[in-house]
Amino acid sequence: MDTETFDLFRDTVRRLVDERLIPAEDEVEETDNIPARIADQIREMGLFGLSVPEEFGGLGCTMSEEAAIIRELCRAAIVYRSLIGTTVGIGSQGIVMDGTDEQKAEWLPKFATGEAIASFALTEPEAGSDAGSLRTTAIREGDSYRINGTKRYITNAPRASVFTLMARTEPDVKGSAGISAFILPADTPGITLGKPDKKMGQKGAVTCDVILDDVVLPASAIIGGVPGRGFKTAMKVLDRGRIHIAAVALGMADRLLGMSLEYAMERKQFGQRIADFQLVQAMLADSKVDLLTIEALMRSVAARFDAGEKVSLECSALKYHASEAVGRIADRAVQIFGGAGYMAEYKVERFYRDVRLLRIYEGTSQIQQTIIAKNMIRAAEAA
Amino acid sequence: MKILVPVKRVIDYNVKPRVKADGTGVDLANVKMSMNPFDEIAVEEAIRLKEKGVATEIVAVSVGPAKAQETLRTALAMGADRAILVQTDDEVEPLAVAKILKAIADEETPGLVILGKQAIDDDSNQTGQMLAALTGRPQGTFASEVTVDGDSVTVKREVDGGLETVKLTMPAIVTTDLRLNEPRYASLPNIMKAKSKPLANKTPADYGVDIAPRLKTLKVSEPPVRQAGVKVPDVDTLVAKIKELGIA
Ligand SMILES: Cc1cc2nc3c(=O)[nH]c(=O)nc-3n(C[C@H](O)[C@H](O)[C@H](O)COP(=O)(O)OP(=O)(O)OC[C@H]3O[C@@H](n4cnc5c(N)ncnc54)[C@H](O)[C@@H]3O)c2cc1C
Ligand SMILES: Cc1cc2nc3c(=O)[nH]c(=O)nc-3n(C[C@H](O)[C@H](O)[C@H](O)COP(=O)(O)OP(=O)(O)OC[C@H]3O[C@@H](n4cnc5c(N)ncnc54)[C@H](O)[C@@H]3O)c2cc1C
Repeated sequence: MDTETFDLFRDTVRRLVDERLIPAEDEVEETDNIPARIADQIREMGLFGLSVPEEFGGLGCTMSEEAAIIRELCRAAIVYRSLIGTTVGIGSQGIVMDGTDEQKAEWLPKFATGEAIASFALTEPEAGSDAGSLRTTAIREGDSYRINGTKRYITNAPRASVFTLMARTEPDVKGSAGISAFILPADTPGITLGKPDKKMGQKGAVTCDVILDDVVLPASAIIGGVPGRGFKTAMKVLDRGRIHIAAVALGMADRLLGMSLEYAMERKQFGQRIADFQLVQAMLADSKVDLLTIEALMRSVAARFDAGEKVSLECSALKYHASEAVGRIADRAVQIFGGAGYMAEYKVERFYRDVRLLRIYEGTSQIQQTIIAKNMIRAAEAA
Repeated sequence: MKILVPVKRVIDYNVKPRVKADGTGVDLANVKMSMNPFDEIAVEEAIRLKEKGVATEIVAVSVGPAKAQETLRTALAMGADRAILVQTDDEVEPLAVAKILKAIADEETPGLVILGKQAIDDDSNQTGQMLAALTGRPQGTFASEVTVDGDSVTVKREVDGGLETVKLTMPAIVTTDLRLNEPRYASLPNIMKAKSKPLANKTPADYGVDIAPRLKTLKVSEPPVRQAGVKVPDVDTLVAKIKELGIA
């Protein structure tokens, strides 16, 4: 995208954030729902189509562009991002990256307009970090598969038109090689949804169990048409997703640090602005350094991802750093606000809870550390 | 019917303007600029008329520096069909703009010219009225409702103390007030499409208009800083104070 178009693009999202999304944050928190008028506006603006290629009606953003837009969007409570997140990221990218031409033609135009919402169903009660051990089975019966199992904490499941579902097609093959990725339309018989989960934060975002009871899908529903490649697809999707999550963290970091600085410059104690106390300055400075390092790492990793380099280690490092750093920034924001920071009336209390999730999903911090170290060791062994 | 919509690139409404140290004007260096909000309302109204099937083409015009092209792109992204940039780096006063618009209107023969009632940078509130005078066409300023019916347009105007309704024979000039509509955000796909919509580059000379300023700015200064108020213990003291100050 040329810079003029992109700037116009980002300015428009910025206005949406400042004029519509931020003013509706309390309503979203109180009703635990994104009001239809806001969801419609997000859809009309075309945000669902960020990562869908232009030839399928999307905006075809590069990772760098997507990250810049997501950063802008996430200056507002990150629950708004959750509405589009699975369709822009993990729910659709499997089809974008590995889908057949027919699969792309059927689904991508609908994702681009937001007519269809995609959800990503990998996690299970017994398989979280160890996703390769998942137990949901897909047994081949002639030209179709019979699927049974339970998926847990599935974001946007109640809103989804379609799931990217990971299931074991080769029950005898242990580990990740026996897993395939399916395109599962949400209206397929045999799917039931659990009660919405009660979460620590991100009110207005929905997750729940997805129970699969004798769900039958044609063999053509396997992404890419070839069984046994699902885990590879999932891992590719998660690489991209990790850059996306870092952009979420960065947007929230912008907001939290902005609020911290503003408060510190207004609040007076001991006859002066608390911003003039060096111990408060230390918190502001540490948060700024955290923010700048997320920004710098994100720029470089996204650019290298766009250039086609293999950056799994860097994606993990970025997601790990960004999610931990925004956690520290949120914690300092609460501290700078003092007693007010602990009160629901001030938004830092809410955002502190909201950003906690970023260290857990799409790979916990410990899993990112493991990936980084394993990549290092593997590279050293190969050298 | 064609609609002509002039749009101006102005200092963004969220920016707190700062006066240059030498008092010659407002400091625009590295300041965010965007479309004058009243012009956004004008573009929106034109698009709605097109969506209703009343208008067939929307032409956006901007008089200003090369960067005003961004403002025109915004209008195109919102839904205008094509754009004309009349490029100049000089200061252009409302009369010069009105003269350029008249020349363009003569060429384009729009049924309606919809302008913002004023631009938020100089707050002149003159261009629409001047254009009406120069073209000899009727004007409906401060519009809060616009209805086209055949070859006439009915404009509800926001005037002191209420609403006035006027019926104008088209071609006519309309200027928008704040409550006319709530402008849409350009959708991201439309921003992409705006790239390929035609944008013509012109200069004031192309229209034979002399834009030399007729006014001279003597000095620009910050508004006086507001004095701190006083707290009073009760209503009686308040009333006494008000009387003392001669406010009531
Ligand atoms: C709000 C929310 C939304 C979600 N949305 C989705 C979704 O849309 N789709 C989806 O598929 N999933 C989703 N998830 C699931 C999420 O990806 C998992 O919760 C996450 O991967 C962690 O798995 P787990 O909860 O089973 O924790 P566990 O894997 O049980 O981890 C517990 C702890 O053990 C640590 N641990 C585990 N293994 C190791 C190891 N090898 N070395 C070191 N430490 C280890 C972990 O780091 C963690 O601290 C969502 C979760 C939440 C909370
Ligand atoms: C749940 C809850 C229960 C409470 N219960 C009670 C109660 O029962 N009774 C009661 O009297 N109060 C109570 N409080 C108030 C509590 O004691 C104050 O919130 C606390 O002392 C902090 O004061 P503050 O909120 O005004 O923050 P501030 O004093 O405004 O502090 C804001 C930030 O500035 C920093 N700061 C301030 N001064 C300096 C300095 N000189 N140098 C460096 N940094 C500085 C602070 O460390 C903090 O990070 C309660 C508060 C909460 C949240």
